[in-house]
Amino acid sequence: MTAIEGLPVTVAAGIDPTMPPGPGGRSTASGVATTRRRGRASRVMAILAIMWLGLVLVLAIGADLLPLAPYDAPVGGPRETPGLRLHEPLGTDAIGRSQLSRAIYGARVSLSVGILSVLLGLAAGGTLGMIAGYFGGKLDAVIGTLNDSVLAFPPLVLLLAITAIFRQSLPTLIGSLAVLSTPSFVRLARAGALSYKEREFVIAARSMGASHARILTRELLPNLMFSLLSYSFLIVAVIIVAEGSLSFLGLGIPPPTPSWGGMVATGRDYLATDPQLVFTPAVIFLLTVLSFNVLGDRARRRFDTRASALS
Amino acid sequence: MSADVASLEPEARPLLEVEHLVVEHHLPGGARVHAVSDVSLTLQRGETLGLVGESGCGKSSIARSILMLRPPNSGSVRLNGEELVGIGPARLRELRSQMLIIFQDPISSLNPRRTVRSIVAEGLVIQGRPLPHKELVDQTLRDVGLDPDAVGGRRPHELSGGQCQRVAIARALVLQPALLVCDEAVSALDVSVRAQILNLLEDLRERLGLTLLFISHDLAVVNAVSDRVAIMYLGKICELAPVDAIYGDPQHPYTHGLLEAIPQPDPDIPLAPLELVGETASPIDPPSGCRFRTRCPRAEALCAADEPLLRPLTDGHYVACHFPGPTHSFSMIQTGTTGDDSTGA
Repeated sequence: MTAIEGLPVTVAAGIDPTMPPGPGGRSTASGVATTRRRGRASRVMAILAIMWLGLVLVLAIGADLLPLAPYDAPVGGPRETPGLRLHEPLGTDAIGRSQLSRAIYGARVSLSVGILSVLLGLAAGGTLGMIAGYFGGKLDAVIGTLNDSVLAFPPLVLLLAITAIFRQSLPTLIGSLAVLSTPSFVRLARAGALSYKEREFVIAARSMGASHARILTRELLPNLMFSLLSYSFLIVAVIIVAEGSLSFLGLGIPPPTPSWGGMVATGRDYLATDPQLVFTPAVIFLLTVLSFNVLGDRARRRFDTRASALS
Repeated sequence: MSADVASLEPEARPLLEVEHLVVEHHLPGGARVHAVSDVSLTLQRGETLGLVGESGCGKSSIARSILMLRPPNSGSVRLNGEELVGIGPARLRELRSQMLIIFQDPISSLNPRRTVRSIVAEGLVIQGRPLPHKELVDQTLRDVGLDPDAVGGRRPHELSGGQCQRVAIARALVLQPALLVCDEAVSALDVSVRAQILNLLEDLRERLGLTLLFISHDLAVVNAVSDRVAIMYLGKICELAPVDAIYGDPQHPYTHGLLEAIPQPDPDIPLAPLELVGETASPIDPPSGCRFRTRCPRAEALCAADEPLLRPLTDGHYVACHFPGPTHSFSMIQTGTTGDDSTGA
């Protein structure tokens, strides 16, 4: 509950007009006091984000051990108001299933889809991008063209096409979202490899007889890893939202397995009479995505060696 | 094209023989940059050859070609008599431990994510030398004046520029090379640190019998460390002589110009009018004949028609000029430009 109470603070500090969005952006504030105040606020936010994600993660992993109602069977009347029954604090959904149980089991889907597909995208995109940037030439042209084609394709159409071809399942979902997350990593890793490959320590390694594989894994990768990892947090947030959108469209995880997007979708019909059916999963969703964004942003600034070398 | 330098050297087999080296870079659009055009030079064991020239004259291209980091378009590079151009990758990898390079930017030449010990040990790992490496790494760090226990576990950003350059030197020395190429190795350092690193290099050269190819645009530094000096202009060597001859008795008009452009550290001496005027001609489309003729006060019709070859003037003193001479037997050209560092940055 700490995170929810702390919400106004985190939201207020999270909207920072001086900070340019996206990767590579850097704080340009000049006042030392401002910087220090922002540093403290950002630390508080990071702690809240870690606490919230920790809570969601522990609940999602330990769901089977918790005394939760089954997520796929009614435990009471439909659309019961939250807080009236001790063991169902979040109320029940349209057909009387436990909202708490569905939210926690839904976290499993949302988090595993978000994290696994980003890890896959990171591995594939990071490798391809490093190879493209390091070797350049035709290889770079081929990888770059493929990458641009994926980027140019409207993501939702791509996802619809993939779900139409393959069976609707968790692996399909993870795979297709991994494809979507790959291009960003390709670009990031390629740019990093390009900027590092002519650096003198790489040339020094070559002059001592290092192989391409050794240069890629021992010289370039350690330098690119931090920026790729910190960017992953931001992409996890994007992918969780994408999964939610797919579930909302009925293209995500097949029912009765719950997911946050699916919960919002089924609650939509009762928005006028029982808004909690939509708002409960939506708030959980919002806090989770916000936490990933906060951590990603902080990690990016923390591990941006060029920026930290200046301070 | 140039004179057979090797045969005129007194000692037997030089450590490094470079003959008719040509390096061309291709630009998008099909243009070619003639970075190095037919350069020949030799390095005797234990000597230091200074290589001087403006930025963009091909100094670094020579260094990288010699080390096969960018194989030359044509020509021959022999280390200990063994041809390096067209050699198999496995043998080249072995020979790489014999010839190593130190770069200009001490910070950028070290991997920011690794510790000093791991950086210095890298060559041993790459070359597959038997473990353990720690003893040798620590000894080499002591050799370059660093305390292995104090700096061994640090990363480059925790060191000063001078310390970083010492680490870079240790990284090269740990493989016990015969040839060390210093590509502007002290140009980025403070004057006091520069002197320390130069002393260290001199000391290591004597103790370990190193042979140095010392590339710099700084004539004072080259004067301090070199046995012989080669002056480069636009991809060619225009004068090559023992250090005293270059500084005391320069024959090529370009060498004159470079020496004249050294500012004197005395505010009472008025700045001499610059002898070198104009811009370096483009290496994409070098002038016919002598490449220096567009800026040369002695240029005549012959210079445009005929390319001067590098030929011996006196013993060990080579000049590539139709009208070599020690004196200012030509009219000085004055322009409005003042204090321009014509040796480049």
